[in-house]
Amino acid sequence: MSTLLQIDGVGKSFGGLKAVQNVSLSVTEGRLSALIGPNGAGKTTLFALMSGFLKPDTGRVAFAGQDITGQPPHLNARMGLTRTFQIVQPFAAQTVRENIAVGAHLHLPGRAPALDFAELVARQVGLASQLDKLASDLTVAGRKRLELARALATRPRLLLLDEVLAGLNPQEIAEMIPVVQGIAQGGVTVLMIEHVMQAVMSLAQEVWVLAQGQLIAHGTPAEVTNNQAVVEAYLGHGTAERLQKSAARQKEVQA
Amino acid sequence: MKDFRKIALFVLLVGAVPFFTESGVVLNFVMTALYACLLSQAWNVLGGFGGQFSFGHALFFGTGAYVQAIAQMQWGLNPWLALPVSVAFAAGVGAFVGAASFRYGLKGSYFALVTLAFAEVFRIVATSVPFTGAGVGLMLPLKESVANMQFASRAGFIWLMLGLVTLALGVTAWLRHSRFGAYLQAVRDNEDAARAIGVNPFSVKLIATILSGGLMGAGGAFYVQVFQYIDPGIAFGSHTSVEALVGAIVGGLGTLWGPLLGAISLHILADLTRNLFGQLPGINMVIYGAVLILIVMFLPRGIAGLGAITPQQWLRGHKTDGDKS
Amino acid sequence: MLDLNILFPSLLNGITTGAVYALIALGLTLIYGVLHIINFAHGAALMVALYGVYLLKEKLGVDPYLALPIMVPAMFVLGYALQRGVINRASHGKDENILLVTLGVSIVLENLALLFFKSDTRTIDTAYTLATVEIGPAFIALPKLVAFGGALVVSAVLLLIVQKTDLGRAIRAVSKEKQGARLMGIDVDHVYAMCFGLGMASLGAAACFLMPAYYVNPQVGNGFVLVAFTIVVLGGMGSFAGALLGGLLIGVVESLGGLLLGESLGQVGIFVIFIAVLMLRPQGFFGAKA
Repeated sequence: MSTLLQIDGVGKSFGGLKAVQNVSLSVTEGRLSALIGPNGAGKTTLFALMSGFLKPDTGRVAFAGQDITGQPPHLNARMGLTRTFQIVQPFAAQTVRENIAVGAHLHLPGRAPALDFAELVARQVGLASQLDKLASDLTVAGRKRLELARALATRPRLLLLDEVLAGLNPQEIAEMIPVVQGIAQGGVTVLMIEHVMQAVMSLAQEVWVLAQGQLIAHGTPAEVTNNQAVVEAYLGHGTAERLQKSAARQKEVQA
Repeated sequence: MKDFRKIALFVLLVGAVPFFTESGVVLNFVMTALYACLLSQAWNVLGGFGGQFSFGHALFFGTGAYVQAIAQMQWGLNPWLALPVSVAFAAGVGAFVGAASFRYGLKGSYFALVTLAFAEVFRIVATSVPFTGAGVGLMLPLKESVANMQFASRAGFIWLMLGLVTLALGVTAWLRHSRFGAYLQAVRDNEDAARAIGVNPFSVKLIATILSGGLMGAGGAFYVQVFQYIDPGIAFGSHTSVEALVGAIVGGLGTLWGPLLGAISLHILADLTRNLFGQLPGINMVIYGAVLILIVMFLPRGIAGLGAITPQQWLRGHKTDGDKS
Repeated sequence: MLDLNILFPSLLNGITTGAVYALIALGLTLIYGVLHIINFAHGAALMVALYGVYLLKEKLGVDPYLALPIMVPAMFVLGYALQRGVINRASHGKDENILLVTLGVSIVLENLALLFFKSDTRTIDTAYTLATVEIGPAFIALPKLVAFGGALVVSAVLLLIVQKTDLGRAIRAVSKEKQGARLMGIDVDHVYAMCFGLGMASLGAAACFLMPAYYVNPQVGNGFVLVAFTIVVLGGMGSFAGALLGGLLIGVVESLGGLLLGESLGQVGIFVIFIAVLMLRPQGFFGAKA
């Protein structure tokens, strides 16, 4: 399986703050990978650097073998790299169908075909019944699906999903996970930033962990969650050791 | 398609008016109302569909007007040939201002300010430079004939302006049903989201400015043909800029018929006022300003209402509250 | 042509005019810095103030400088009422609509003036209108010198208010963090209106200083509005120091530009700077990025 996205030594600072430091990772085509880490780790900044919304201070970004470092987002979208946003950004004054059609237009110049394709994509994410609703009238869950649909309509090879489950209640999360799964199974490579661990465990084949702008772990979901450094990044220094000690004590008690 | 059928109906109805009446008052009203429609339609392309508020749209109007006059008086062109040339020049100014503004990422209030500044610069230059007649302006020699685009009766001007309004309607309808229009409105509603799915905001906004400028320039050229006179104040002054924008906002931004509804309503209001209070200087503009404030206060979507966007949304940098939670 | 005898008066002229420009820009930058709105009605408001000074002199014989205690509070009240009653209401509390509403206000004010005063340019006659003061090789009109001093005094007063008073503290709080300030019990709407009032009040003062050396007609606001914006953008939105320095700079540019290019083209120089700054460095030299 080939590498679809490769970033090497990417870094970005804002004033004195090093948001992303020397990050290298690769996204394998056809996989569903996750990027996790505590708040403020720099995950969204990394997405912005990958998709062209920010120019890296150091390092390079390559997509399907081509150097796309600093290339503007719309050109990346044309190459097949698209992202969604942590805080959803609908075209509020337009209907669901019109919203998705904008994405569809990337490959379909005609209006009617784009609107038709939008309907198809809406069906895929479960928005078929709301096609003629205004985007501003959707619930949060609906807007998340719309965001997803709009990106999907561009027929991406790689989809960067930024916390697509954030703000959803457990029921909505349970409904959204199969949608994401369906997209990945349809052949789209997905890299998702996610805080909802249940989703990461059940969906991701590969996980990267970012903390304070640096990559601290990489592996399968199981490997990563057992990683001491990862636990400490989330729960604080010394936690991993404490957890191990308490687990060992419990085993003694049981024995 | 529904739009084109309605447009055709509109053209037939309005075009028929000169056959049903010879009243100078009525014909003059129709002509000036159509003229106001074109100005607001032009503004609507960039302001309503593109979400970029220009406060100096007179810039394009004045360019079109001066070129129309200069092309005839100094280059010896026939006015029918001069018309597309004027439109081209106005569109060219649009390209220049658009490219410069969007290249540097100007939006919202800053874009409004820059267009205002450009209009003022052109006005001052026009007052100082000989080939525009400096402060005195230019007077088009009277020579009535169809070939010279100076019609003996208002009917000729009505059909000419109707043609231009129809062109503007066509452009607007195209914006509603094309990829370009979808891209333009996407940039208006949320520029970053649009970029993420393949839209190039710079080129889209630039083309919208060119279209808007060209249409506005046509209005300027028409003005010169009807009134046979142009000077820096009329060409680049704020009156025309305001008329264009208030008509579009009152009628409903980003809609097909909004600008016409708004322009005609304001026009009727202005006429009523003139009949009631006489020809008071500035009274028209007081009304336009007051209507603008009232519409923004009570009816932000304008008369056309549904489907139109509110001024809040694109002025907010095109971002909306993503999460209701 | 460019010898000191011609340059120096031009420079001095520019500085004194620039001080008054700075005073006008101060109100604008205060309003922007706190309310984050670009007040398109600023020029029209100045025009109203100038007419006020004119009427006080012509109808009541009040000397423009003595009119200060009348004009400043009057303009303050006007500003407060305008913000609280019109702008705040029409914008539905959202920052964005304000562009259109302030434009509407400026159109209404300017054309009401046209209605009542016609387009004639009016000036006032005082004992000192034509008096001059000799500074080196230059003769500076006395009113301009007084305007210079007055502008500095008013600027200092504004600065004092913002830095040392409770109101000033509230203003600073609101401009930095509106929600937080509201949670602390500050009446944000009131603070906004006070701020707008202060901005207008400084125009009242500016009008008193300007009128003896200048003139008024309904369009005069337009010229001032763009110059004021240029200064505010140049100096940085929300920066007092920027407005002061920017005002002086623009005054000098206009004066020297007029010297070199003739008066009307000299004005073009200002707008060209304006456009250039907007494009290349919109945060100006002292302000935060808008």
